[in-house]
Amino acid sequence: MAKKLMKGCEAIGEAAIKAGCKLFFGYPITPQNEIPEYMAHRLPQVGGTFVQAESEVAASNMIYGAAGSGERVFTSSSSPGISLMQEGISYIAGSELPVVIVNIMRAGPGLGGILPSQSDYFQATKGGGHGDYRLLVLAPWSVQEAADLMQDAFDLADYYRNPVMVLGDGLIGQMMEPVEFKAERTPCKPLPPKAWVATGCSGDRPTNIINSLFLDPEVLERHNQKLKAKYDLMVRDEVRCASYGTDRPYEVLVVAYGTVARVCSTALDDLREDGVGAALFRPITLFPFPYAELRAAAENARAVLVVELSTGQMIEDVRLALEGSRPIHFLGRQGGMLISPEAVSERVSAISAGLPEEVRHG
Amino acid sequence: MAETVVFARPQALAPVPTHYCPGCTHGVIHRLVAEVVDELGLAHRTVGIAPVGCSVLAYNYFSTDFQEAAHGRAPAVATGVKRARPDLIVFAYQGDGDLASIGMAEIVHCANRGEKITVVFVNNAIYGMTGGQMAPTTLPGQVTTTCPLGRDVSQVGYPIRVAELLATLRTPAFVARAAVHTPLHAVTAKEMLRRAFRYQAEGTCFSLVEVLSTCPTNWGMPPVEATEWVEKNMVPYYPLGVFKTPDGLDRAPRPAPATEG
Repeated sequence: MAKKLMKGCEAIGEAAIKAGCKLFFGYPITPQNEIPEYMAHRLPQVGGTFVQAESEVAASNMIYGAAGSGERVFTSSSSPGISLMQEGISYIAGSELPVVIVNIMRAGPGLGGILPSQSDYFQATKGGGHGDYRLLVLAPWSVQEAADLMQDAFDLADYYRNPVMVLGDGLIGQMMEPVEFKAERTPCKPLPPKAWVATGCSGDRPTNIINSLFLDPEVLERHNQKLKAKYDLMVRDEVRCASYGTDRPYEVLVVAYGTVARVCSTALDDLREDGVGAALFRPITLFPFPYAELRAAAENARAVLVVELSTGQMIEDVRLALEGSRPIHFLGRQGGMLISPEAVSERVSAISAGLPEEVRHG
Repeated sequence: MAETVVFARPQALAPVPTHYCPGCTHGVIHRLVAEVVDELGLAHRTVGIAPVGCSVLAYNYFSTDFQEAAHGRAPAVATGVKRARPDLIVFAYQGDGDLASIGMAEIVHCANRGEKITVVFVNNAIYGMTGGQMAPTTLPGQVTTTCPLGRDVSQVGYPIRVAELLATLRTPAFVARAAVHTPLHAVTAKEMLRRAFRYQAEGTCFSLVEVLSTCPTNWGMPPVEATEWVEKNMVPYYPLGVFKTPDGLDRAPRPAPATEG
């Protein structure tokens, strides 16, 4: 299929439809309103259903109900709305339902602002809602990758019976880029039949019950361990990451995800012209985090620079990956302020020239 | 002589004992729902939505597929199921804390969207499972563990009449209130439930039947006294009847007694 110029939010919506998703439940919040608007317009054209929920709390429970019926379903929101969805997300993880959740992050905490941010990394990767669960988190850096990951997200959700989050920021949602959808797409995982759905029982099988209530502690512990085994499989099989400039010698390894990694890649090109050796490591899955891959890439560097639109969240996973083997520096902006390629270049040059201090967190 | 079965467990009711307290009428209401589902021939395509509260384990007591909802969210979960599979019969079973307190937004908007689902709303004027706290439906002056001196309407307002509140919405619906504290009342309650499920099966409208129920344990009285308490205290504040029908021929609710509160 020919390339088409699309806004990130629209590409995400179209990708969901291409992945066979006919159901959307959501609530308006800036900066992702183009997703529900696109779905409201497009879903009736393909025989699907769009429902504007009364709140994000309700939306997250509507996708629970729809997923329990075995149909592909997704919702989208932005940071404060995702906070409200944590109830449903926890129940969905506990009940092992496949849903896709898009978070187009804006700056917080509280009502915060409406401009791009990466300050929901902890919430996305370390839990967010109550209980011992994980989301599989995908972080695109371009509109094309957002469209591709969105389609994979449905396959991963179905395969693992687990919520998958596509974590973008206001930039990915709002910018326009060429997107190409493949005419024939092969699912990225095998898709087992959904024998567990609650869609009526004729008496030929025990009733199917979608549930996360286990009052017997031994039974709940077994359930927790079953979930853990699933997350372990994700860690083993689903890590995705990308590197840029690692094929040439480098002194500084820059670590960034999402659109910030795009900014950093521009900086790398400038640095290369100035003769400063730097490379970029970009996690694409934030859970599972590419610990081993990052550790290997950092072995060739003298120091590591983490760049985030937050006061430092992913840096904690970078620390876990490196286990003190390299000095780690941090460059961050907050509140919806962006990081320029020049700021990245300047910091990398300073580190390369022997900037003494590491920035400590936590 | 050939035997004739005159009474049997409904197919839609699972052959298991329930955990409900002696004198609680959840069991009666479960049975009436199951009888209606059976008699309308809907069991094979019925999905129940269980609440959080005393009836949290309802999914064990029906032989239909079920989804367990978060506290108050059964109407949202039911919306998700019904929109995903409009061919299914979806009913939410909720108590008064679940529906009228934490889930008020979900029920109002579900009714207002006209979701083609059925809600069985069990009102016993108290939080049962958590040990007898004040509910939005607790009667004026009624003693609970969180209003130990009795519900003070000057501080916490009056009990919410859910059926009347939902009947004010413009969207077509079937909204009724029934009781099960006597056999005659139970027969009427079953008819209300039958109408509610039939409206859904025909794709007509949202339907809700509020059913007044007992809580001898947390009301602190024997079962027989509890059924009398329903008649004496609940029915006057929560009048029985049909409050809204989809054809627009709403029965005017009986005026509340002048002595209320």
